Amino acid sequence: MNAVFVFLVVSSILISTISGNLNGLTQSVALSAAEAVERVFGLIGILTLWLGIAKIAERSGLLAAVTRILQPFVRLLFPSIPRGHPALGAILMNMSANLFGFGSAATPFGLKAMKHLQQLNRSEYASEAMCTFLAVNTSSVTIIPSTIIALRANAGSANPSEIIGTMFFATVVSTIVAITADGFFRLCFRKGGKI
Amino acid sequence: MYTALVKISECILPLFLLVVFLHAVYKRVPVYDTFVEGAKEGFGLAVKLIPYVVGIYVAVGMFRDSGAMDAAIFVLKPLLSIADVPGEIIPLLITRPLSGPASLGITVELMNRFGPDSFIGRLASTIDGSTDTTLYIIAVYFASVGIRKARYSLAVGLLADAAGFCAAIYVCSRVFG
Repeated sequence: MNAVFVFLVVSSILISTISGNLNGLTQSVALSAAEAVERVFGLIGILTLWLGIAKIAERSGLLAAVTRILQPFVRLLFPSIPRGHPALGAILMNMSANLFGFGSAATPFGLKAMKHLQQLNRSEYASEAMCTFLAVNTSSVTIIPSTIIALRANAGSANPSEIIGTMFFATVVSTIVAITADGFFRLCFRKGGKI
Repeated sequence: MYTALVKISECILPLFLLVVFLHAVYKRVPVYDTFVEGAKEGFGLAVKLIPYVVGIYVAVGMFRDSGAMDAAIFVLKPLLSIADVPGEIIPLLITRPLSGPASLGITVELMNRFGPDSFIGRLASTIDGSTDTTLYIIAVYFASVGIRKARYSLAVGLLADAAGFCAAIYVCSRVFG
């Protein structure tokens, strides 16, 4: 993360110095900073809503019941999470939200899952389960990409949903690669003796 | 079948809410109070994310506006054209892991320029829909719980993105090409 951050900033400054566009860069920085806060503020409503609904499902025992049924599948990916742990429920909700293309609900449940995973971890180093969760999340298997379908319809496509098949293929491939790479790196790190 | 899937997707969310509410009432959970209790965390959580999101947005914005991204595209174009990657799609490949709104913007622009049902339009929508904003997700998820060392997460995420891009280009040229 550190390396990416430094690379992006330093290469940008060097390139714009060469091209004499430093003034444009100064404006871009101010704009992006404001845009970032707007993005987070835009998230507050949906975050608040879903955390509230998640609490209802948690208190009523619905989340735990669903988790009990589906946990054998989830625990295949996350063997380090104890049976019946609330992290499994949050992970399950996050994956379902991604699967059906509710990106906005995916983030609140994802953050909730991270909170539960951190209770098992208690370190500033990411745990193995967290890395796996992030791997699955960033490659996100999707069946119904609602945003893209809406955009295609908006652009006047004759068949907005025709990309569901190709998209599903691409996302399955990237998820398989993510899970494989995660497993590979996990073993390497263990052997290397690093945390 | 696809339209049926979309219809199902439209019904799932309201149906899910209905099940949650009915189950809570059946279990005698005070629904509104519980909702408020959970929802309270939303604001604090969002505010906690601000520094991380600002950092990423500024860095990515600089990369885009300084011309560094154009330089990267210039370098990558001949390499990727060997692998039959259309040049128009390269900005999307670079932007997708960095910024969600920016890559969505590129996808819309490509669809408007070439038409949503052109090969480029279909490929762009496939690519945009099939992966997520790796950098943003890793930063935000880890930041929310105070993880400072993401370990190999970024490498795994970017590798998966690259695999997703290759798969998208392959399957689109097979199906739509």
